[in-house]
Amino acid sequence: MSQREINLSINGKTYAAAVEPRLSLLDFLRDHAGLTGTHVGCEHGVCGACSILFDGVPIRSCLMLAVQADGHAITTVEGLCNEDGAPGPLQDAFQEAHGLQCGYCTPGMLISAQALLAGNSDPSIAEIKDAIGGNLCRCTGYVQIIEAIQLAASRLREAGQ
Amino acid sequence: MKAAKFDYVLAESIEQAVAALAAGNGDAIIIAGGQSLMPMLAMRLATPATVVDINNIAQLSGIEAIGGEVVIKACTRQATALASPLVQMRLPLLAKAISHVGHQQTRNRGTVGGSLSHADPASEIPLAALAMDARVSLRSVAGTREVALADFFLGPMMTARADNEILLKVHFPEEPDGPDGSRMGTAFHEVSERHGDFAVVAAAAQIQLDANGRCIKAALALGGVNGVPRRIPALEARLRGTRIDPDAVRAVLPEIADAITPGDDQHASAAYRRRVAGVLAERALLEAVAEAAP
Ligand code: FES
Ligand code: FES
Repeated sequence: MSQREINLSINGKTYAAAVEPRLSLLDFLRDHAGLTGTHVGCEHGVCGACSILFDGVPIRSCLMLAVQADGHAITTVEGLCNEDGAPGPLQDAFQEAHGLQCGYCTPGMLISAQALLAGNSDPSIAEIKDAIGGNLCRCTGYVQIIEAIQLAASRLREAGQ
Repeated sequence: MKAAKFDYVLAESIEQAVAALAAGNGDAIIIAGGQSLMPMLAMRLATPATVVDINNIAQLSGIEAIGGEVVIKACTRQATALASPLVQMRLPLLAKAISHVGHQQTRNRGTVGGSLSHADPASEIPLAALAMDARVSLRSVAGTREVALADFFLGPMMTARADNEILLKVHFPEEPDGPDGSRMGTAFHEVSERHGDFAVVAAAAQIQLDANGRCIKAALALGGVNGVPRRIPALEARLRGTRIDPDAVRAVLPEIADAITPGDDQHASAAYRRRVAGVLAERALLEAVAEAAP
């Protein structure tokens, strides 16, 4: 099958590539763009480990074809870092509040939390649970993830004042 | 797993899309939001020769009120429909149903038309649309036709849409509160393993009461209890013209038993589904009546 040219922006940087139509966006990000922060969990839309921001909204990158990202802007977990590459506010909060153990679900959790906090600086626990409802974690029991998101939200509120 | 190879057609117009489907000769498949198709491709349950992408067709997304109905174009994202004031104000049952569909990541891609075309017997949008007497427009190279949802669902993941047809839009009749004081109430309830999962059983109710509180119109649809979402006409007929109270609802619930044929699977037994169907139907009917009460 013929390859198709795609051009897209990932974390503010432009990428051009020729890809097979059947390539998932998830595999493109990891294997072609070299951004392995986004994790492959189930590959069929159940676990949320592959979540990314697509034109600013969270989606599952295993449920899109790479060719469908042509002309669009993507943020992966790498894009949540500060400019110097140090962990960003959410990532810091996850580390401090023990919001991860094995780390498998973490990129997806961070993306979901980022999308939530972008539109809601003081989310309730119910809103946090709803935001991460599409992300499975097999280690933490979720409580510390929720606490980490609350910690990040409170710091972002303080910084904004 | 990875998808098998396929040809990819990025359609820029409805004409291009139907031409690609016709050329595919039954072996071309449409990708809209991809939330059901991508897993099927990854698991190789679907191995089409051609995938026709309709995401770039501007005429396929948008929501508008035209001549007494609200029209949702097929590729409108579920998240867009959920956030739409038009849907919230005029199609409250659909808004309630979509709030149970998936998660933010899937609603941001998943489409209203895709959910109807995929026709999972436990999915929420088909159930609400059936209770609302919606119709779909289908288009092929031969032309356009309309099908009532009552005739659209043929079995699990099977619909009246032919392989060479594309679902263009969904027409929802508006049921506004009448100047005569009639009012509409709606409710959607489901049992699922986790919020956002497919329903084990779901119930959608839409009830219209006149100014004196008598039922003018009643719709009850149940999902997860048959291969297709099912209305319960015998129950609806017995509610029409009556004043609906808890005793009246309990009296008509036995009509459900004959209308459903639930099966056993890993999620629930047939007996459990029967029991829950009655409980959810009662809850949805009473809540819809309370909302409509003058
Ligand atoms: S890898 Fe995409 S949802 Fe699991
Ligand atoms: S930290 Fe291990 S899956 Fe969440």
